[in-house]
Amino acid sequence: MTAKISYSDVEVGTELPAQTFPVTRATLVRYAGASGDFNPIHWNEKFAKEVGLPDVIAHGMFTMAEAIRVVTDWTGDPGAVVEYGVRFTKPVVVPNDDQGAVIEVAGKVAAKLDDNTVRVDLTATSAGQKVLGMSRAVVRLA
Amino acid sequence: MALDQSFVGRTYPPTAPYEVGREKIREFAEAVGDANPAYTDTEAAKALGHPDVIAPPTFVFAITFKAAGQVVQDPQLGLDYSRVVHGDQKFAYRRPVRAGDRLTVTSTIEAVKSLAGNDIVDIRGEVHDEAGEHVVTAWTKLVARAAEEA
Repeated sequence: MTAKISYSDVEVGTELPAQTFPVTRATLVRYAGASGDFNPIHWNEKFAKEVGLPDVIAHGMFTMAEAIRVVTDWTGDPGAVVEYGVRFTKPVVVPNDDQGAVIEVAGKVAAKLDDNTVRVDLTATSAGQKVLGMSRAVVRLA
Repeated sequence: MALDQSFVGRTYPPTAPYEVGREKIREFAEAVGDANPAYTDTEAAKALGHPDVIAPPTFVFAITFKAAGQVVQDPQLGLDYSRVVHGDQKFAYRRPVRAGDRLTVTSTIEAVKSLAGNDIVDIRGEVHDEAGEHVVTAWTKLVARAAEEA
């Protein structure tokens, strides 16, 4: 496993390059097929509203997959991720228009741990709402 | 009705092996818009020290969640699946999942709680490869929301 970032080059507080990830209805249909999660709340507006949601929402696991990209794009090697956990606090609502929604993700080094690993704390927001809580990854650096 | 505490610690039989295909990894990486070559280019994956292309970190959820279905749909547990939402998810990786892996999942109920009418179940999925080596552990918190007051 070969991360591009060296443990000695980061400090607590080092910020990772922030990224934004667009989500449209087409994105969700594609993710449903790739992941095997065909829950209709992720593609059927009528169903979503019937169960009390404001509209179709993104799969939590889709949001989780996007958020870790701030880490894997930084390290270069996705295999350097040792631990990754999130809490799903708010849904990402995806309207049926040309824009869809946007997930904004930022991360910074929160702690330097043993064995060349660091803990990165991530923040993910959409439409001004925090959509992930306690979003943390431990990653092994070079 | 509160869930039965006696389910805590219950372990379900290992699932049949799931074979991780390189085209399935490619499809998943494209679905999340991730162009990292470690997912699609064997040489790029090898340059990072992997024997073959690897899967994105959250890929394994598709396998562990299917396995958790044994728990969720256990009629004795009595979870109302139509009201279930995903609360938390965590993974601890021994190594990345890679093409050619044949993975089995053993699910265990770690905790069962009822809070404010919500039923909460914590499931741990231990993922092993064909050689019996541990690959990743997935912790999934499922929340069956309380039915709304009439």
